Amino acid sequence: MIEALFVGFGAAALVSALLVILHRNPVTSALFLVVAFCSLAGIYLLLHAEFVGMVQVIVYAGAIMVLFLFVIMYLNLGQDREGGAATVLRRMIGWLVGALVAVQAALLFAGHWAMGPVSGAPETGLGNTQALGQTLYTRYLFPFEITSLVLLVAMVGAIVISKGRGSRPAPGASAPAERPPRLEPGDRAAPPDGASS
Amino acid sequence: MILLKIVAIVLPILLMVAYLTYWERKLIGWMHIRLGPNRVGPLGLLQPIADVGKLFLKEEFMPAEANVIIFQLAPMLAVVPALVTFSVVPFGPGPATITDINVGLLLFLAMSSLGVYAITLAGWSSNNKYALLGGLRSSAQMVSYELAMGLSTIGVLIMAGSLSLTDIVHAQRAVPFVVYQPVAFIVFVITALAETNRAPFDLPEAEAELVAGFHTEYSSMKFGLFFLGEFMNVISISCVAVTLFLGGWSGPGPATLGILWFMLKLGALLFFFIWVRWTYPRLRYDQLMNLGWKVLLPLALANIVVTALVIYWRIHA
Repeated sequence: MIEALFVGFGAAALVSALLVILHRNPVTSALFLVVAFCSLAGIYLLLHAEFVGMVQVIVYAGAIMVLFLFVIMYLNLGQDREGGAATVLRRMIGWLVGALVAVQAALLFAGHWAMGPVSGAPETGLGNTQALGQTLYTRYLFPFEITSLVLLVAMVGAIVISKGRGSRPAPGASAPAERPPRLEPGDRAAPPDGASS
Repeated sequence: MILLKIVAIVLPILLMVAYLTYWERKLIGWMHIRLGPNRVGPLGLLQPIADVGKLFLKEEFMPAEANVIIFQLAPMLAVVPALVTFSVVPFGPGPATITDINVGLLLFLAMSSLGVYAITLAGWSSNNKYALLGGLRSSAQMVSYELAMGLSTIGVLIMAGSLSLTDIVHAQRAVPFVVYQPVAFIVFVITALAETNRAPFDLPEAEAELVAGFHTEYSSMKFGLFFLGEFMNVISISCVAVTLFLGGWSGPGPATLGILWFMLKLGALLFFFIWVRWTYPRLRYDQLMNLGWKVLLPLALANIVVTALVIYWRIHA
């Protein structure tokens, strides 16, 4: 039963991942990526990583891909057309990376692999989620906190970019109020527009 | 056995949806000082059956330039995640709890986040500007409110120490969490209204400006499926609210009364959903976004910090 489910989810993940890059319609591609993420979540569930599986669905399928779809639909991207020197270059890089992956796969398959027990599963009466939390907040505390810092930087960066820099108003935002041409005597230097708006 | 359980969930839920529509129309009638449906059967009780029959017999129509596959897929996506959520709801003690998985709450959050696709894809694939606008609005709205909803449940999780809905119910044997987590409860209910696209947050289908929003081009039972999905979402989200904040099936009396207590609480919450719908006008779009990001999200975050501090202090002092 478990093997059948694994094969099913694995096949679904592979086929939908292939269709993501092979399908011409960007919306359909994005939808197949959602299917791929959900199949991955299924595989996580089979490995008794319930928390990771659910978070996979919530974060990737439920949040990130919705934003992807949102952008694709909003820009109303049609069929992608190819051509030009940039495409040739991109294709060559693609072939190169593909060859590297093929070599890596060959090396991996040359080694000995056997289905064994899932290693490192701390079956000590703790639930899966609890065990994960404890590992994250004790052994991997530093990387975990660094990740949150990186995310914070990315968030601030996104806000700065969307606000625009200098006096140019951000697209969609209302134009900033006109500044008086001269400062009143005794007034301090006005902060730059980007910081005040 | 599994099939039996599935049937045991799906049939009552479908009946509940049917009679929730009846109850909603009856309630609106009384609030408007009208009678509501009263022609089909005694007290109009057969009205929902007649409505479903009518929906099935209506003509199917598909816009000429619609994306055929996605257009067909969207109504199914509206119903399936809503149905899956019911599999983890503990309706009562013992056998009335269909399944108890240790990430039950996360499953609910995952399914409610997948619900966005139905509306977004329906709006896009219809090839209709009103539908597209409705779909875009809805994806922005649901992604925004999902965050506040997820965060509002964290306070309960900290207190219960488990993601399993059954454990959460057991943790509130004495006092339901709404007493300790009133802010989280309010945030959860408001975000629940927004997640299910109910008034005053029904901007995706604001009929005054968007005709009917994302389901403008849908007819017959495909429209019916969206309707079904919305009402099932209302019921499932109310079930989760009852489980998280109102003590689930716990209540005075023997354990066999558990289901009764659950249904009573659920009924009260559903009444509240309908009551709100016919009381408040629809929010403007910028008000909606401001409420989500600048009020509910900070409130939910503050609630987490306070809860965590109090729990920490109680453990270490």
